[in-house]
Amino acid sequence: MTSTGSGRRVASGSPGFLKRSQPRYGEKAVKVLLVAASLVSVLTTVGIVIALIPPAAEFFGEVSFGDFITGTDWSPLFKPAHFGVLPLVTGTLMVTLIALLVAVPLGLGAAVYLSEYARPRVRAFFKPILEVLAGIPTVVYGFFALQALTPLLQDIWPGGEGPQVFNALSAGFVMGIMIIPTIASLSEDAMNAVPNDLRDGAFALGSSRMQVATRVVFPAALSGIVAAIVLGVSRAIGETMIVAIAAGGRPNLSFDPLEGMQTMTAFIAAAGIGDLPTGTIGYQTIFAVGSLLFVMTLVMNLVSIRLVRRYRQVYE
Amino acid sequence: MGSPVLDKGPEAGVPEVRRLKSDGTPWRERLFQLSLWASLAVGVVFLGCLLVYIVVEAWPRLNFRILTNFPDIIDPSQAGAQSAIMGTIWVIGFTALYCLPVGFLTAIYLEEYADPERWWNRAVEINIQNLAAVPSIVYGILGLGIISRGLGFGQTVLTASLTLSLLVLPTVIIAAREAIRAVPQSIREASLALGATQWQTIWRQVLPAAVPGMATGSILALSRAIGEAAPLLLLGGLTFITFNPTGPESAFTVLPIQIFNWISQSRSEFVSLAAAAIVILLVILLAMNSLAIWLRNRYSHRW
Repeated sequence: MTSTGSGRRVASGSPGFLKRSQPRYGEKAVKVLLVAASLVSVLTTVGIVIALIPPAAEFFGEVSFGDFITGTDWSPLFKPAHFGVLPLVTGTLMVTLIALLVAVPLGLGAAVYLSEYARPRVRAFFKPILEVLAGIPTVVYGFFALQALTPLLQDIWPGGEGPQVFNALSAGFVMGIMIIPTIASLSEDAMNAVPNDLRDGAFALGSSRMQVATRVVFPAALSGIVAAIVLGVSRAIGETMIVAIAAGGRPNLSFDPLEGMQTMTAFIAAAGIGDLPTGTIGYQTIFAVGSLLFVMTLVMNLVSIRLVRRYRQVYE
Repeated sequence: MGSPVLDKGPEAGVPEVRRLKSDGTPWRERLFQLSLWASLAVGVVFLGCLLVYIVVEAWPRLNFRILTNFPDIIDPSQAGAQSAIMGTIWVIGFTALYCLPVGFLTAIYLEEYADPERWWNRAVEINIQNLAAVPSIVYGILGLGIISRGLGFGQTVLTASLTLSLLVLPTVIIAAREAIRAVPQSIREASLALGATQWQTIWRQVLPAAVPGMATGSILALSRAIGEAAPLLLLGGLTFITFNPTGPESAFTVLPIQIFNWISQSRSEFVSLAAAAIVILLVILLAMNSLAIWLRNRYSHRW
């Protein structure tokens, strides 16, 4: 506490002493320190961009951007190398789509139940379970998808071949369970922000609970719900361990969820494990695919942040 | 009230009066509520299946060898996770050392000093919200390109903990901000009215009241870092390590990476080994979460 002024002077003096008698360098120093700390998070973003751009630029010096974004063959570490990123993108989108088919209905159902139906005691039971679901490490989800879910699906599959050992279906399903808490808790926040006046008005007009939930609360909370889903998509696209373990390591331009396919994140992880030397084209692909991933998730995160702000402005 | 209409029983009553009474919840309402309840139940059932499956798989390997022995690629029955457990402790210890002070100071700045009308403060805020949702593997790329190779820290505990601290920094900041915001404005005003400076108010009034909430949030953020594997895959965490770290310059492995390594092995003995390591990881996370909940309940203020 370097800045503690003496209190006595203020008490004894003329009105002039009510003004600050000495500059408080300590207060200034503290403020400088705080600003410096908050710059770390800004520098993190700058660092990510600086880390991504130079190697990605070198990569696009050798591979044309058009070939990269429209090519259908991804084999950067083989000879002859091909750098068409589409198989990774479709792999990512397939797994994300399956995850959303699981997470959106279940997450929204859970949110509506917790916000509109559940009594406090029921809420107090379910909320922590959702938090636990969100806190389980993703390697554990991947392990479960590969070792438990895929064999189960292979056993019960009615007719045909059934899923391969590595497949998009198990990985996507487990990923969907993983993002339920994200979607449920953010959309529940949005529904809780809807004023009770709206509910009371609808009940007074004779609406049932279901009508209030689906025709009043849900539309009123829509921007927050969309924000939650967009954030869920962003998390699904960026998730690495589940797909690296359970969806396989083979780039595969296919829309069959029973096949294995590599996602963008799984490729980055696989290439990273390889410990490639700096400056090689293989090393640079990590950053090229990473840039694409970063831009995709950045756009979605910003859309989501925007939408959350909008409903906060309307109701709070 | 003994009115003649009601005395004759419902059948003979006036139809208009009867219609006002509820004729039971319609089946659509019940079905809707049931499907909502079921969507929550799916998550609960999944969690139950996951935990039971892992404990059953891990059962043959849940003995002290998993704690005391080092990874062994030739004989899985003698393999253990000691280097991974110690690696996790080292890495998370340094992560806490780096990210907690920075996170707390940022939270204090944003809550107590920053004017939210200024564009740069809003930019810092949006930046933090975005960073919280950036995929963890992108932090791995940052760690690989800048910290490991750019600054030349290599594949060490130091690189891993710096990367993880940047990864959980947004979570720490957001949690600490909520704890600081929960301290009522009247306490600040009372302190300032008594002549305390702004920092004296923060240091002697706001922070003591906010510390339990900040601690709870930090423990939860660090438990996220403990389970994180993706960024460390890029930082050499997958190399075969049969020794404990001896300092920040050491090579390392951590539990989630060791688990990933064992999952990737083709022999089936490694499955139960991976499951046993998962049990250890989950027990550590459970302990940390219990501590966080205990702190929250023990010290939480009701203003």
